[in-house]
Amino acid sequence: MDALKEKFSTQFVKAYSFIGQNNIEVKKALIAEIMTFMRDNPITPCNYLADETAVHWPKDEEFEIVYILYSFSKNEYVKVKTRIKEWETIESVASVWTTADWLEREVYDMFGVRYANHPNLKRILLPEDWVGFPLRKDYNVRLQDVEWVRKHLGIDSGQKYYVGEARHEDPNYITPTD
Amino acid sequence: MAQAETLFDASELTVSMGPQHPSTHGVLQVKLKLDGERVLDAECVIGYLHRGVEKLGEVQTYGQFVPTLDRMDYIAAVSNCLGYCETIEKLLGVTAPPRAQYIRLIMTELNRITSHLLWLGTHAIDLGAITTFLYCFREREEILKIFENYCGARLTTHMFRIGGTQYELYEGFQDQVRKFIQDFPKKVDEYETLLTENRIWLDRTKDVGIISGKDAIDMGLTGPSLRGSGVQWDLRKAKPYCIYSEFDFDIPVGEVGDTYDRYLVRMEEMRQSARIVSQAIDKIPDGPIMAKMSKIIKPPVGDIYHSIESPKGELGYYIVSDGSTAAYRARVRPPSYVNLQSLKKMVVGHMVADVVAVIGTLDIVLGEIDR
Repeated sequence: MDALKEKFSTQFVKAYSFIGQNNIEVKKALIAEIMTFMRDNPITPCNYLADETAVHWPKDEEFEIVYILYSFSKNEYVKVKTRIKEWETIESVASVWTTADWLEREVYDMFGVRYANHPNLKRILLPEDWVGFPLRKDYNVRLQDVEWVRKHLGIDSGQKYYVGEARHEDPNYITPTD
Repeated sequence: MAQAETLFDASELTVSMGPQHPSTHGVLQVKLKLDGERVLDAECVIGYLHRGVEKLGEVQTYGQFVPTLDRMDYIAAVSNCLGYCETIEKLLGVTAPPRAQYIRLIMTELNRITSHLLWLGTHAIDLGAITTFLYCFREREEILKIFENYCGARLTTHMFRIGGTQYELYEGFQDQVRKFIQDFPKKVDEYETLLTENRIWLDRTKDVGIISGKDAIDMGLTGPSLRGSGVQWDLRKAKPYCIYSEFDFDIPVGEVGDTYDRYLVRMEEMRQSARIVSQAIDKIPDGPIMAKMSKIIKPPVGDIYHSIESPKGELGYYIVSDGSTAAYRARVRPPSYVNLQSLKKMVVGHMVADVVAVIGTLDIVLGEIDR
């Protein structure tokens, strides 16, 4: 922890422990370098990326990207978190751990977080031409891309909520609510 | 006539395997680029079974979300349930009473056996050995009967609740489990006589889909697929949850990291699971099966990552709580999803028929991949 703080003093935000789990918060600018450091240095050799996911915080217009790392030799988990603004891109860590390839594709698919230097950034679970990012907080649980369903399945789903042409880049995009 | 130079090699062929192919174990599509019978590239197309489980976790309350999770890895629903209940308990600072812990452990290990049996049966049938399938389902039925007697369901069991278990054990449970566990190691030997030294089985699995331990860690492989590559890592030992630290069992590992090694690892794991159950079945303590819980579950604000060793690998839950009755973010780290990613690395250079073997050896469940 101290080694990380020393090496990336400008990037370090804070480190804390919650219910016995270690958390490190860093800035997003040098995330790939920080991750390479976490993987290679002898104190925290986190050679395994257990999970990478995101949390949407619409109030701050931010995404929190969470990396859950594990070190086989130390037998310890650590969560590294970073925050990005909704329209920002973040460096991909797929070059550090191959696992991140699909995990980042899923984050892109569900949140619309765009990664820089990702080998193959496209949707993975949803169809390529789907409009909207389902795990964002402004995406109602009953929301559906009605256009897509009509075009590809030939049915009217009867969903009240739908995503029309509005995309997340559109600043005037209004969330459909009850 | 000299062949004109083209962008594409004329002998290359793209074949789409699935999404309705019987050996893909669900709706998985693999786009194969072939040169004759040799695989040059493989791309997985997934998402056909996507139901938005993680989104539902943000809408349903903590308690309501548990049965939804059974629909992810429906082959090992008990493991899903255990992992989630433990995560929320950890967040709440609650511990399930000892009797509930024992019930959980026994059920989870029995479930591991059913999961491996289903894997063995279908894997063998994919590679042309039909008899094994019939034997496996014979034993699997025994366990499913135990589940049915206990909670009324065979697959989507919803056995545990946050804070303990819902049901008390039925009369004759211990005898039924004891009888099964006594016979079971002999049954595993029986499967092994059919396959382990079978010439066709060896030809189809030896040196197919080799992955080294270092690569496996880099790809995020977990569970038997990682241990087949010689990495002795099992969350039941590394980060003991439930009451696993009280029991003796071994972690089998392979040497080469091929399909055959992963087969041997899973066979041994079934024996070890039986060993754990046989130690636990005689020691079930008396007492309550539910911890004292408030009717409404409201964890403190914060986040938690907890993972368990499901039959497929590391099953993790990352829960962000905002102090309300439903999770702010309910992330599932599905082992099958991450494991499937290494399919490409394993099949490139092999024959088309080997793709079937590798899909089988990864032991994927599409319900869990797509969620």
